[in-house]
Amino acid sequence: MSAELAEPASKIELPAHIGGGGDIPSFDVHLRVRRYNPEVSEESTWDDFHVTMYGTDRVLDALHKIKWEIDGSVSFRRSCAHGVCGSDAMRINGRNRLACKTLLKDLDTTKPITVEPIKGLPVEKDLIVDMEPFFQSFREVMPFLINRGHEPTKERLQSAEDRERFDDTTKCILCAACTSSCPVFWTDGQYFGPAAIVNAHRFIFDSRDDAGDMRLEILNDKEGVWRCRTTFNCTEACPRGIQVTQAIAEVKQAILARKI
Amino acid sequence: MQVHKYDVVIVGAGGAGMRAAIESGQRARTAVLTKLYPTRSHTGAAQGGMCAALANVEEDNWEWHTFDTIKGGDYLVDQDAAEVMAKEAIDAVLDLEKMGLPFNRTPEGRIDQRRFGGHTRDHGKAPVRRACYAADRTGHMILQTLYQNCVKHNVEFYNEYYVLDLLTVEEDAVREDGTPYKQKRVAGVVSYDLASGELHVFQAKSVVFASGGAGKVFKTTSNAHTLTGDGMGIAFRRGIPLEDMEFFQFHPTGLAGLGILLSEAARGEGAILRNSEGERFMERYAPTIKDLAPRDIVARSMANEVREGRGCGPNKDYVLLDLTHLEPAHIDAKLPDITEFARTYLGVEPYTEPVPVFPTAHYAMGGIPTNISAEVLQDNDTVVPGLYAAGEVACVSVHGSNRLGTNSLLDINVFGKRAGIAAAEYAKTADFVELPADPEAYTLNLLDHVRTSDGTEKVAAIRKELQDTMDANMQVFRTAETLNQVLTDIASFEERYQRISVQDKGKRFNLDLLEAVELGFLLELAKVMTVAALHREESRGGHFREDFPERDDEKFMKHSMAYKDEHAPADGSAEAIAGIRLSTKPVVFTRYEPMVRKY
Repeated sequence: MSAELAEPASKIELPAHIGGGGDIPSFDVHLRVRRYNPEVSEESTWDDFHVTMYGTDRVLDALHKIKWEIDGSVSFRRSCAHGVCGSDAMRINGRNRLACKTLLKDLDTTKPITVEPIKGLPVEKDLIVDMEPFFQSFREVMPFLINRGHEPTKERLQSAEDRERFDDTTKCILCAACTSSCPVFWTDGQYFGPAAIVNAHRFIFDSRDDAGDMRLEILNDKEGVWRCRTTFNCTEACPRGIQVTQAIAEVKQAILARKI
Repeated sequence: MQVHKYDVVIVGAGGAGMRAAIESGQRARTAVLTKLYPTRSHTGAAQGGMCAALANVEEDNWEWHTFDTIKGGDYLVDQDAAEVMAKEAIDAVLDLEKMGLPFNRTPEGRIDQRRFGGHTRDHGKAPVRRACYAADRTGHMILQTLYQNCVKHNVEFYNEYYVLDLLTVEEDAVREDGTPYKQKRVAGVVSYDLASGELHVFQAKSVVFASGGAGKVFKTTSNAHTLTGDGMGIAFRRGIPLEDMEFFQFHPTGLAGLGILLSEAARGEGAILRNSEGERFMERYAPTIKDLAPRDIVARSMANEVREGRGCGPNKDYVLLDLTHLEPAHIDAKLPDITEFARTYLGVEPYTEPVPVFPTAHYAMGGIPTNISAEVLQDNDTVVPGLYAAGEVACVSVHGSNRLGTNSLLDINVFGKRAGIAAAEYAKTADFVELPADPEAYTLNLLDHVRTSDGTEKVAAIRKELQDTMDANMQVFRTAETLNQVLTDIASFEERYQRISVQDKGKRFNLDLLEAVELGFLLELAKVMTVAALHREESRGGHFREDFPERDDEKFMKHSMAYKDEHAPADGSAEAIAGIRLSTKPVVFTRYEPMVRKY
């Protein structure tokens, strides 16, 4: 429960610099976008685009500028444009990120910025991949609360500590940045991948859930957690800051603890 | 073209659509069609909470919640609907908890609750802790939990199937008083499979529209790129009226220049608004509840501060949201996501610096008219059998002229559930309505026109100009002059829209084509909103007319209803402006008489 807060002052002296800052600087960027359209050709190519952008612009803004002003056929998914819907995971300068959370000014704009589809999932067109195998793995870990007890008339109780235990893994937006950054997943598409394990973790460590054993059994499979080689790519790729590798390690430990 | 047959088809997979699907899927053969993937829906962007009078942390009851909702909506709320929502809110929260939603907890392990704008104890005496929440990602948790439960119940999704038409038939019918009329009946929908470019017809006994809002008519908006009012537009084109479209909510705290939302929960947790002189200016506009006044009042106050020269920044065009007096640990625990937005997108550290904010177009109070069973109305009181709507696309009307914070997450859960149950129950007793001849003809024509056109106009250019004029002339302050300017602009955009072309001529994931179709809906809806705003010569809730600054209950205590009518003459009369016919619908009163709205 929130503590009672003291009433803030009616008026304060604002430091002179607050809200200043002058005009937003503009700069030119060069984007190299991986193109693929099987309606046209089975070969994928690189297309180069030069656009003028501003200091608060993100890679998504540059892609929009290209699509809206230069080449309408450049295709990519996007929706919320501020990092919560998970539509626009892509490989930017070789690293998986959300285009809407990657500010251009944080990249080296003296060199071309490369933009490619995420790896390990079949490319459908340009930056759009087939997400079905990804969601299939998600569904297989039974990503929903299973409770065998009687339903209480009001809410189930859960202590703040028990709630905190799985807080990190509730942040997942299913963007696939982690799974498609995993070298094991690249070579073995059968591997559940980090995102599915993160979502299993979210329920395994939820004190209200009674099906942890079943999920641990699923992830003890040969395509389960033991394929993880702890390269930490997933943790670095996660746009939500989830400690993905740690979550996988906790699931591994839970499997071992259960066996003993 | 392929034809599919389902008892129930749900259009949209956000909160309302998936809540409906969980109910409908267990009762009838159900398909959910979405132009995205379900977890991409904009319910996931909602932050602050979902109100219900659980009274877990202090005294509360659903009657107070009802009153706040009605007063918050400036008495244009249908009171029977508000009662249903406030009463069923309690079960809606408990349902979500049982489905697994990880709410924040009190020290006793119960669902924690916090303050939110306009939600008060005992009819306005003081702010009350009513909003149940999961940090500042309550919408994310609701969307994920509902999706998880759809997976659990094997709900059938058609992802990236963009619904473009509603199939209806009309039958001759006679009213009780003997007057003949045309009764609409629903036959199904037509959708466009984005991956293949193929059309799919879905024949259905029941259709539920749950396709969300239309924020992209504005430039500065918290809404996703995909919120282009498709559901409202489709229904409108097929003769269903749209209710109260002049009422659009501008959320006070969008990140300045970007429109990205910073939750009202920030103010619920103690953050305050300041102008360039460091003043807590809300003390002037709402002396009792100050920064926790409803959104329309706060947004207008902010815009007024800027207009009177007390804005901040090089262009004096925003105000500041001050969290610096809050403990960093408290901010991290309760507001982690929004403080990260400030850091990522504006480079501002909220622990030590106030955050630049300005109102951002956020929520359509209006939409497809329904009754409290989520049944769609084809006029003031005639139900279209088999057709339902819930969530932002609908107008039931629980939000009236201004929605209270958290009541949208509540709306989608309460009326999504009601729509799902009603649609499935109707399908059990009804027969399929025969599809019209060539059911896909209209859609095929719409798409072919765009795909094969060799015009010179660009979709993005027209859209930008539309958004610019809407921001300049249809935002927080409106006058007859600014509204007429919008209508003049839209007339020229409509003419140019006839000459657009797209560069992508392919079938596979043709998102160029998609954006062109979306622009058609945006133009149509912007015009409806503006016509309704021009006609409402009063100020109420989110609609503020500088030339009519007072609420006028005598003339305007009624909902507006806009019908598409090609024969409506463009003679400038208020009732008929270029293809749109306006009428009114009475507001439902149960126990609350309109009062002056003060906070």
